[in-house]
Amino acid sequence: MSTLNIVNKSPFEKRTLEQCLKRIGEGDSVLLIEDATISAVNGTAYANLLLEASKQSRLYVLQPDLQARGFAEKPLLDPVEAVDYAGFVDLVVKHERVHSWL
Amino acid sequence: MMEDEEYQGGEVKKFLYVNRRLPHGTVYALESLETVLIGAAFDQDVSMLFIDDGVYQLKKDQAPESIEFKNFSKTYRALEMYDVEKLFVERESLEERGLSEDDLLVDVEVIASKEVKALIDQNDVVLSF
Amino acid sequence: MKLAVLINEGPYQHQASDSAYQFVTAALAAGHEVMRVFFYHDGVNNGTRLTTPPQDDRHIQRRWSALADEHKLDLVLCVAACQRRGLVDEGEMKRNSKDAHNIADGFRISGLGQLVEAGIEADRLVTFGD
Repeated sequence: MSTLNIVNKSPFEKRTLEQCLKRIGEGDSVLLIEDATISAVNGTAYANLLLEASKQSRLYVLQPDLQARGFAEKPLLDPVEAVDYAGFVDLVVKHERVHSWL
Repeated sequence: MMEDEEYQGGEVKKFLYVNRRLPHGTVYALESLETVLIGAAFDQDVSMLFIDDGVYQLKKDQAPESIEFKNFSKTYRALEMYDVEKLFVERESLEERGLSEDDLLVDVEVIASKEVKALIDQNDVVLSF
Repeated sequence: MKLAVLINEGPYQHQASDSAYQFVTAALAAGHEVMRVFFYHDGVNNGTRLTTPPQDDRHIQRRWSALADEHKLDLVLCVAACQRRGLVDEGEMKRNSKDAHNIADGFRISGLGQLVEAGIEADRLVTFGD
């Protein structure tokens, strides 16, 4: 796998998510952590952006951060896979490099 | 800056520094540049990529003396002396901000947004502050 | 696998140091080596021993110090970032004629070269910041 891209900002506050997504491609993955986790939930204005990105990239969300923000029981966008910190570590190991979009 | 540091390990990796923020409003641009200089002193293969608001770091005519800040923008012109010669700027980021290559204080290679992934894929370590 | 971590924000203000702590804990539990945690920018503020958070809150610095003690972690604070922000160990205290030092157990102050070295020697470098 190519690059694990980490995004931690709410797309409602900063443009980091779209800035990341427009520059990645085949073999890349995106892990949503911290405030970015809320974009993984079904029904937001950014759903289509993530659905489009999922055609070529794998999408993950850090479950403990989502749970902290009150969305543990809410349905996620279909292509987004929830991971815990152990899963986060596995993603880092599986990709060739990690790029945190700060 | 700690320019006297050296790396004895002998291993060379490809480092890409991704700059996405304006200078002065936060310290990230300056402290990123300090890391770049150390990386070069360690004889690593260093490239810099300026995208989004990062393109403003290379803007000509910065005069932060007006706010009592050090003018570190001159350092970008000195990077060549540290063998940091691969500076990439994304065309779309310039255009979006009404800027062109002529507004930049140093020679760069302008690349398209769709070429960014290939650049990232060529590097071993990606640092973004 | 050999991992390294970079933390660019101070404690409490931003989740970065907490996220990094959880990540490092999980990596160690999975049997990976964490060869260095480097603190840069406001991240150096994680290394002061003078914080006193409310008793019902997590103690971010002590948590790092305990993890370092347990796993022989190398916690490095960037010297240039420390000097700008008033983080001082005994050596820096003497060198810069300060009247106190404030570095917590398990942390050391060193140059930015330690970050570049971590980038070279680790298989993966993971950054946490704002």
